[in-house]
Amino acid sequence: MKDHATLAAGFIQDEKRTNWHDETLWFVRQKRDKAAHTLPEWEQLREWASQIKNHALSRMDFYLEQFEKNALANGVKVHWAADAAEHNRIIHAIIKEKGITRIVKSKSMLTEECHLNHYLEEKGIEVVDTDLGERIVQFRKEPPSHIVLPAIHLKKKDVSDTFHTFLHTEKGNNDPVYLTRAARQHLREKFIASELAITGVNFAIAETGGLVVCTNEGNADMGTHAAAVHIACMGFEKLIPKAEHLSVFLRLLARSATGQPVTTYSSHFHKPTPGQELHVVIVDNGRSAILGKPDFRNSLKCIRCAACFNTCPVYRRSGGFSYHTAVAGPIGSILNPNFDPKKYADLLFASSLCGSCSNVCPVKIDIHDQLWKWRQELSKAGHVGFMKKIMMKGMAFVLGRPALYRFSGATARWVLRYMPFLGKHRLNPWYKGRELPEAPKQSFRDWYLQNKKK
Amino acid sequence: MKVGLFIPCYIDQFYPQVGQATLSLLTKLGCEVVFPTDQTCCGQPMANSGFAALSGACDQNFVRNFSGCAYIVGPSGSCVLHVKEHLKDEKQPEAAAHIRSHIYELTEFILDILKTEAIQAFFPYKVGLHNSCHGQRGLGLSSLSERVLPVFSKPERLLGKVKGIQLFKPLRNDECCGFGGTFSVFEEAVSVKMGKDRIARHEANGVDVITGVDMSCLMHLEGILKRQGSRTRVMHIAEILNAEA
Repeated sequence: MKDHATLAAGFIQDEKRTNWHDETLWFVRQKRDKAAHTLPEWEQLREWASQIKNHALSRMDFYLEQFEKNALANGVKVHWAADAAEHNRIIHAIIKEKGITRIVKSKSMLTEECHLNHYLEEKGIEVVDTDLGERIVQFRKEPPSHIVLPAIHLKKKDVSDTFHTFLHTEKGNNDPVYLTRAARQHLREKFIASELAITGVNFAIAETGGLVVCTNEGNADMGTHAAAVHIACMGFEKLIPKAEHLSVFLRLLARSATGQPVTTYSSHFHKPTPGQELHVVIVDNGRSAILGKPDFRNSLKCIRCAACFNTCPVYRRSGGFSYHTAVAGPIGSILNPNFDPKKYADLLFASSLCGSCSNVCPVKIDIHDQLWKWRQELSKAGHVGFMKKIMMKGMAFVLGRPALYRFSGATARWVLRYMPFLGKHRLNPWYKGRELPEAPKQSFRDWYLQNKKK
Repeated sequence: MKVGLFIPCYIDQFYPQVGQATLSLLTKLGCEVVFPTDQTCCGQPMANSGFAALSGACDQNFVRNFSGCAYIVGPSGSCVLHVKEHLKDEKQPEAAAHIRSHIYELTEFILDILKTEAIQAFFPYKVGLHNSCHGQRGLGLSSLSERVLPVFSKPERLLGKVKGIQLFKPLRNDECCGFGGTFSVFEEAVSVKMGKDRIARHEANGVDVITGVDMSCLMHLEGILKRQGSRTRVMHIAEILNAEA
């Protein structure tokens, strides 16, 4: 499989499109900045959000049981899934029991993580993604490239071509109003016909047993209102202790994600409407293992706003697919190694460690510090490339010995001065897009000994 | 004030003029500067690549060279940050702890420890300041665009004292240049693209020189500038603060 560096290099080959991708996401980051700066209490909100999440994670067992008790009392059916497979089985069992064929789903990164659509498709069950961006990538048989803006890698023309193929819109009509209208009509039919709606969960509230789902398109509501069964899927870290804590998180979420003061729809689900069933599936899938790692546990505070994606200079210039995973970007780079350290080792190096992610994060996850710590973990486990290891061992050997360091430095400078072709070749990745620094005759130390040392 | 001068390995080897300017500037500001001559590298390249376990010899060598210095000052935010966060020596834990808490990047040392802004420099050029991430976000040399906190910049404050200088800020004032240590070779394509974008935004201001507190970022930008055949140069902030008429 190709690693991030290789996939990113492929992405960047189309420099114009890379610039467009970078600028589009930077525009979102700027909108976020504007929204954050309208709140003098922004940093206080971040601190509160971080503390609430830290607290909830520290007493997760208690809050999960409290949530279950309250949800059951509300008439909600609660399911527990240890992993992705169990999550998928639970949902399939509900579908099968009811003999349901028409299913709509609003955005849920958890179902992406569990590859639910694929699992159900193999059983001959079609799920229609109703978030517009997700529907577009679903038509194209692509995964989402961004957790908030799933089709951000596509231009209007790409959407037009896709809709022409699947919705028979006019070929070459790139008008967003025209295309959106076509999508709306298509999705309305699906909503009206649907028997079962799957949604994600943004926040689950322990003290009430209630769920909150945030969307901008209202598609979670459209789906759940018409369907006889609503299944809400959540990783257990979505739990917050009290309803009043929403006043912190709902203010941070949309501002961080898109610069809106709040999502267009923040829908609260407490109990099934008469004649309806409401299920919630609470998933672990590796989360309790993360909870057990003091260095990495606070990654579970994530509220999936994607501010770290939009600010990341590497993500903006390499695109979501270069991360070869459902949750890309900086937060994905520290979450995915928990699932498969070998497969995702490359993601830890898809960062210059600039630290912008940690500072933009509304819940104060120390993302770039975790990247650093993960690098140490994975090199210990032998998941960092052989060449890199040899190189680092060589460097450590030389740099740990002052005389050898000086000899090597002088030799390197001599070589660059008199045999520059040894450094200036295609195999030197530095030289591919950059000139080498000029090699001076004297090092600073040489000069110092000659001129300054008394 | 007695100061141990920390010259990172790549500055020692490739940018001796930056070491000279730093030494000269600190001396002008009244410091008694010593340069421990057996210093090599802070160990950051290994550590950031996941091999912190291999940087023991560098750490011990660093402690051998700098224990006994009241302050340690280096013209590199990144290397200083690495020492501050990761320097370890099991045999001399106290010496290592002293170094960690007394090592400073040049501009923060001038403003926070020497508490002076008496820069006597003349540099009649258009200058773009590059905010190196480790100095900015790691050491707190300036405020961050991500945060909602009062705005300040230590490097900018000092550059403002230079006579004749015209200082310009690029759009996306604190976006990373893409150097990132070994990132620059292992993620070569993204690294170069980030550097090109940084340069384009500086050049849009028509600057003669791009400066910063980290020569490593500037080395990366210089490599791209030269490849592009650009006339824009890079200079370390110490060279500008030390520039005389």
